[in-house]
Amino acid sequence: MGTDFHPNHPDITADMWERIDAVVTANQGVPGSVIGVLRECQEIVGYLPVELIDYISIGLNLSRSEVFGVASFYALFSLYPKGRNLVKVCMGTACYVKGIKEVISRIENHFQVKQGDTTSDRRFSLEPVRCLGACGLAPVMVVNSDTYGDVKSDKVVHILNKYE
Amino acid sequence: MNKVRTQLMLCGGTGCHANYSLKFKETLQAELQAKGLAEEIKIIETGCNGFCAVGPVMLVQPEGIFYQKLTPEIVPHLVEEHFLKGRPVKKLFYTEPASKETIPRMDQIPFFANQVFWVMRNKGVIDPEVIDEYIARDGYFGAAKALKEMTPEQIVEEVKISGLRGRGGAGFPTGLKWEFARKSPGDVKYVLCNADEGDPGAFMDRSVLEADPHAVLEGMIIAARAINAHQGYIYARTEYPLAIRRLGIAIRQAREYGLLGKDIFGTGFDFDIEIYQGAGAFVCGEETALMRSIEGKRGMPRPRPPFPAIKGLWEKPTILNNVETLASIAQIITNGGKWYASVGTEGSKGTKVFALSGDVNNIGLVEVPMGTTLRKLIFDIGGGIPNKKKFKAVQLGGPSGGCVPEQYLDTPVDYEEIAKVGAIMGSGGAIVMDHETCMVDMARFFMDFVQDESCGKCTPCREGTRRLLHILEKICEGRGEPGDIELLEELSGIIKEASLCGLGQTGPNPVLSTLRYFRDEYEAHIQEKRCPAKRCVALLKFEIDPDICTKCGACFRACPAEAIAWKKKEIARIDKAKCVKCMTCFDKCKFDAIS
Repeated sequence: MGTDFHPNHPDITADMWERIDAVVTANQGVPGSVIGVLRECQEIVGYLPVELIDYISIGLNLSRSEVFGVASFYALFSLYPKGRNLVKVCMGTACYVKGIKEVISRIENHFQVKQGDTTSDRRFSLEPVRCLGACGLAPVMVVNSDTYGDVKSDKVVHILNKYE
Repeated sequence: MNKVRTQLMLCGGTGCHANYSLKFKETLQAELQAKGLAEEIKIIETGCNGFCAVGPVMLVQPEGIFYQKLTPEIVPHLVEEHFLKGRPVKKLFYTEPASKETIPRMDQIPFFANQVFWVMRNKGVIDPEVIDEYIARDGYFGAAKALKEMTPEQIVEEVKISGLRGRGGAGFPTGLKWEFARKSPGDVKYVLCNADEGDPGAFMDRSVLEADPHAVLEGMIIAARAINAHQGYIYARTEYPLAIRRLGIAIRQAREYGLLGKDIFGTGFDFDIEIYQGAGAFVCGEETALMRSIEGKRGMPRPRPPFPAIKGLWEKPTILNNVETLASIAQIITNGGKWYASVGTEGSKGTKVFALSGDVNNIGLVEVPMGTTLRKLIFDIGGGIPNKKKFKAVQLGGPSGGCVPEQYLDTPVDYEEIAKVGAIMGSGGAIVMDHETCMVDMARFFMDFVQDESCGKCTPCREGTRRLLHILEKICEGRGEPGDIELLEELSGIIKEASLCGLGQTGPNPVLSTLRYFRDEYEAHIQEKRCPAKRCVALLKFEIDPDICTKCGACFRACPAEAIAWKKKEIARIDKAKCVKCMTCFDKCKFDAIS
């Protein structure tokens, strides 16, 4: 490792650091591995705090700007913490034609959250996503790992109320 | 070996999964067990069947009975009637929307009967997680022939004869691409598979990967032999977890069988494949950007030339082919290029898979011979527009494509013919829109997509698409001014000419094509501040027309904000102070009384 101390961060526990170290060590010197490392680290922590990005860049012997550049380029990576429940609303064309816009505005109004943001109690993160390829079910919403098809604006609040 | 009398091919595609097909499978398995049938009736989870509209679906073999919209509750009845008493359950049959007739067999349903299955020949027929089932359908026969009996030159020649063109969108001749890479000097070369299916409304690549992953691997092996590459990568979208899992299983099985790795078929030829997961960037579908992304960098395109066939991944000669293209290769080698070229039009050969969605009855995947008309695609196979509404346009080619209105519905599926009417073949997304779709809003939707996905490297695309979006937003919000249309056209022209990669060069197409056919809608928005399709919230009054209102109260019951006043036999009224403009009442009113 390039560094033998872990920066203090409230969202990263000692156990998480151990797993992060395993990921970074396994990818040292592997060309092109940074996207995979960021993905796995985000899976461990839930998002990518700047301190973690710095730590990864030292571990992989890359410049901080390079790693930050990659992390901020791809839609998969989040630099901010997410809510307890991730609500993905599909913004594919089929879902759009079938009325996802109305579904989104309903969620925004009812839970007081804007697209791409998290509710103040961190209950939901509302994320518009690119086509999920399930156009047969349009409009589609995915809450955590549950997929809901044919979501209409009058049903969506009822569905989301199941998630605490 | 047990004697299995019946096989139940249950669709395990993403669409059916989301409709609880796994729950159905568990219940069915338990019921078969309980009735002592588990030995003679086997459930096989297949890849996407393609008829997503009526999922979960199941095909009973060998009878060919097709069941739709299955639920766990129906299981006891189904097992009792069909599998014990031999009486197929009629209420689970497909019903033809027009004639209300039930159709028991899959091959008689118009949705399937009008298709030609080449790329999707194994969908719903084999278990994608068992390599032997693929081999039993002549799988890896093409690879064996290519490696053992053909020279690399012959392989390239056969693909050239077939007339196969890249199915990812641009339609570049595949054989030519391979020839460039084959002739390019160098010991290290790469074969890449583009499975970063990013066009909104296109899901054929996902389905091919889920239903028939070995076909893609086989195509890559043949490609590798043709250009003499020893390493391949599949760049797969991270949003497709099921496809990635099945690909992983397929690669592992192919290695176990000696079809990947060292000394394939004992010919001394080495080739292996790795999966590379994307991280969510539409521009990575562009070939140079995709290669940058595999190298672990920001996925930004670079100017061409040099083309990837000369300098690609890690600066080495590389070919990149789309999933659907690669899935066609093995059959071309097995049956010959001439066989493939026997179907299609002058310039477009073989078949094309479309993802039919939007306002159409039979949503799903459709494979048709090149030359089929759009009308046949949408009305004969797609079953027309639901709820007796009127067809308005079909959007082809996603954010790089355009809309085809009714008067051009007899255009055949052909790269050049579709380009003539202002759209592109693209990856095959076909989104049908009825007359309630606002075309200005559609253009705004696509521009929002393009400007968000623009990588930011070149100015015309980064700034230009943002300006286009702002103008369109302005128009949709009722602040359009005279001259906006001309400005849109001028800007679009500049962006198309000056952008670095395909994203910017084709980005303004949705604006241009809607302007071409639906200019009157733009004018209504700008001059009359009116949205003819009633979709643009800012241009709606949220008033109920007392002459049209039938006093049914549907809007009153649906309103989430309690903003509608209504009593029996009275005309409903919207309280604008309470109204949150959610549009729920618009959807609920069957009489179009709200404006």
